[in-house]
Amino acid sequence: MHELSIAMSIVEMAQDEALQRGVQVNAVHLKLGALSGVVKEALLSSYEMACEDTPLRGSRLVIEEVPVVIFCPKCRARRPLSSVQLFCCGECGTPTSEVVQGKELEVVALEIQ
Amino acid sequence: MSPEPRLVEVRKNVLKQNDLVARALRTRFRAAGVFVVSLVSSPGSGKTAFLEKTLTLLRPRYRVAALVGDLATENDAARLARSQAPVKQIITGTLCHLEAAMVQHAVEEEAWDLSQLDFLFIENVGNLVCPSSYDLGEDLRVVLLSVTEGEDKPLKYPTIFNSADVAIVTKSDLAEAVEFDWEATRRNIQAVRPGMRVFQLSAKTGEGVEEYLGFLAERLAESRTLAVV
Repeated sequence: MHELSIAMSIVEMAQDEALQRGVQVNAVHLKLGALSGVVKEALLSSYEMACEDTPLRGSRLVIEEVPVVIFCPKCRARRPLSSVQLFCCGECGTPTSEVVQGKELEVVALEIQ
Repeated sequence: MSPEPRLVEVRKNVLKQNDLVARALRTRFRAAGVFVVSLVSSPGSGKTAFLEKTLTLLRPRYRVAALVGDLATENDAARLARSQAPVKQIITGTLCHLEAAMVQHAVEEEAWDLSQLDFLFIENVGNLVCPSSYDLGEDLRVVLLSVTEGEDKPLKYPTIFNSADVAIVTKSDLAEAVEFDWEATRRNIQAVRPGMRVFQLSAKTGEGVEEYLGFLAERLAESRTLAVV
C-alpha cells in the first residue's frame, strides 16, 4: 500500500503550484496508467487523507485511467492490449514487451480558483 | 467575489523526484563501473537465502556488496554478513518498498568506494506490488518466484513481472514435493513479459546457480564494454 505516499506527493505538487500562482486548487487531474502499479480506489481514499490539514482539504482528485498500448513489431503498429495477463498483439498474436502507453502517473492539470 | 474556476495544464510526473535521484544514481554507478542488481519478490520466496548464496559464490571472484531493505529488524543483514561481503541494512519503517533516495542515502552513509566494486545487490522489501513503481537506478531487476508459491503468480502480479528484466524460480529442490508445473510457470511468465530470461535454481543445493552467475558476469562485462565506447 504505497498509495498514501503517492497521494502525499500529489498534494505536495499541487500545493507548490497553487502557492506559485497564488490560487486555490479545487481539483487535481491525474493520468493513471494500468501498469503504474497504483490502485485507483486506494489512491482516491489516500488523497482525501493526504489533503487533511492542508490548503487542499476538500479538493477532488479526478483520475483518468490510461489503458495499456503496446507496439507490435510484426504489424509495426501500436495496438491496445486487451489483458495485462497476455502481452501480445490483438491483431496478429505476436508476443511483445514493448509498452508505449500505460505506465503514466502524471498530474496533468489543476482546477483552480 | 472569487474568480470562476478554470483548468490549468501542469504535466508533472508524480514520481519525478524518485526518477531524478534514480537517474543520478545510475550515472554514478556507470561511472564507477559497478553493475547493480535489484531483487523483488513476495515475502518468503527465498530472496535472502538466494542473495547469501550469490554473495558467497561471487566473493572469491568479484568485489561485491549488498543493500537489504526491510520494514524492521537487521536479521537479514546479519545473515548476509556470513558471506563476508559488506552489507548494509535499510530499515524502511512502515514503508512497503525502497525508493531511490534510500539507496542514495545508504550508499553515502556507508561511504563505499563504488569504483572498488564489481556488483552491488539491492534486496527490496518483500512485496510484489509497491516496488514496481520505483526505479532504484539498477541495471537489472530480478523478480523471484519460489516453487511453493504457485504457477500463476506472474498472472496475479503482472505489473511487477512486466517491470523486471529476469525471472528466477527458486527452491527448485522442493519442486517435486509440491508437484510444481515448470511449463505452466514458463508460459505464465512469457505471457506477462514475452522474451524474459528465466532461471530455475536452488539456493540450498546450488543447482542452477552457476548458470545465473555466468549470466551476471556476462552482463557486467557488457556494461563495461559499453561504458568504454
